Amino acid sequence: MSALPWIGPALLLILLVVVWPAVELIRISLTKITSAGVLEGFNGLGNYKLLFENPDLKTIAIRTVIWVLSVVFLTVIISLPLAQLINQNFPGRKFVRWAMIVPWAASVVMTSIIWKWMLELTSGEFNLTLRQLGIQHGQPVDWLRDPRFSFFVLIWVAVFVSIPFTTFVILAGLQSIPHDIVEAAQVDGASAWQVYRGIKFPLLRNSLLIATIINLINVFNSFPIIWALTRGGPGYNTDTTTTFAYKMAFVEYNMGPSTALGVINFGFIMLIVLVYLRVTKATRDQA
Amino acid sequence: MSKKVKFVWTPKKAATAISAYMVGLFFIYPYINMLLTSLKPHGELYATPTTRLPKSWQFNNYLEVWSKAPVGNFLKASIVVSVCATLLVLLVSVPAAYYVARNRFKGRAAFLLLVLATQMFSPTALIIGIFREVKFFGQLDTWPALIVVNAGFNLAFAVWLLSGFFASVPVEIEEAAMVDGCTRFQALRRIVLPVTLPGLVTAVIFTFVSTWNEFTVALTIISSPARQPISTGITTFVGQYDVAWEYLFTTTAIAIVPVVILFISIEKYLVGGLTAGSVK
Repeated sequence: MSALPWIGPALLLILLVVVWPAVELIRISLTKITSAGVLEGFNGLGNYKLLFENPDLKTIAIRTVIWVLSVVFLTVIISLPLAQLINQNFPGRKFVRWAMIVPWAASVVMTSIIWKWMLELTSGEFNLTLRQLGIQHGQPVDWLRDPRFSFFVLIWVAVFVSIPFTTFVILAGLQSIPHDIVEAAQVDGASAWQVYRGIKFPLLRNSLLIATIINLINVFNSFPIIWALTRGGPGYNTDTTTTFAYKMAFVEYNMGPSTALGVINFGFIMLIVLVYLRVTKATRDQA
Repeated sequence: MSKKVKFVWTPKKAATAISAYMVGLFFIYPYINMLLTSLKPHGELYATPTTRLPKSWQFNNYLEVWSKAPVGNFLKASIVVSVCATLLVLLVSVPAAYYVARNRFKGRAAFLLLVLATQMFSPTALIIGIFREVKFFGQLDTWPALIVVNAGFNLAFAVWLLSGFFASVPVEIEEAAMVDGCTRFQALRRIVLPVTLPGLVTAVIFTFVSTWNEFTVALTIISSPARQPISTGITTFVGQYDVAWEYLFTTTAIAIVPVVILFISIEKYLVGGLTAGSVK
């Protein structure tokens, strides 16, 4: 029997929802387009030229690199010990794991809005706690509007929503480590740290790699957190290339350079996806 | 195994347990804060000194919110879009996953790679292309557009997860059924589907929840307030100066609690589906 009736609908859906928009995005980036979306013929690299002439682009690009690297690094570094912790045997472990699933299951926009309230100037949980602990005196800090802090707040919320998924991927990796290897090492007198460093951590390599790559893509694409908390503002002060492309297209109706940036963003993700496909292929072949 | 061993408290184990409880509390705390705020009267929101618990518990907020904002409309939109996207994903992914699990065919690897790649692309990166395509089909501000886009981006999870489940059903059982006179479709329906039920439930819940939570596409293609799903509809509450946080949070609570319960029920299979069989 031919494969087409079976996989055809899936192919069609992918063509329609993923391939078409990608081709359209690339096509428009090479076309002159008005703010109303009317196409006015081939434009070569004109849109890209406009984009690179934008004085804000460089800062936003640098911020995007900092955003992605710091969120992913913090997420993985915090998730490693958390996965180890919820892999231990203790009463109520199930409930702790359930609690950790909540930020993963809840809508990211809603979680961001909750953090917005928790970071509120006078009544927010965060400043309230700081006051009660005696850490903050006098004028409270406006975490989201103060340019010294707003970007770090965004990083913090992104780390908060990324940790649960990452921790569960690492937990799955920990659970797949055979008991007898660990026990043999313990019998030979290895300390807990030696067992972790010498046996568990190397065996977690694949889980870590997968979690890191998926996080790289998710964090790079992360739109709702920034949109809900600061809209990339004030000005372009907390924009990443993802929110900047969106802002140009749908707020400023500056379609041309926006599609150019969209293509560059897409190309970057494509690159990470290729790495991901290579890595997963390697681990699948091992299995 | 170790689960049956009776737990004995030692100082070290107590320290482990207590730190784990604190971690759990930490991750759930914002949502507790949300629930507590949703039960405060408006006047208590900015009261000084600030209190964590409401002084007067306003359970009425959960009744009043329905008339303060079109929460019923938002929920209806979210339910219709999520249910339809889930059905579409099932309709498309079950045959594909089954065929891929049972047959080696030319282009199989390419198909699987394509599916895997789509899982990695979020609609955010393609949003301008999606917007123009939806406009091209004259479907801006409609639910069908939202349904199809969400189905497309959630297809990968279902295909990968389900093909794993299908592959775990021995072909012999299926062949025996076919020898007994079942057609291939009957064998699929009567023998294979029941065994793969956990996978199907997981795919259904995952697609439902991620469509329910989807924000960027809904924000971009749905413009009329009456058709907004809840993920973008909640922004209605965020006025310029005086945000009605108590009603905002009753609404988010209504939106979050059910999907959290659904997600917890499929915990076991989530990682496998999302990492496409690369992590065991």
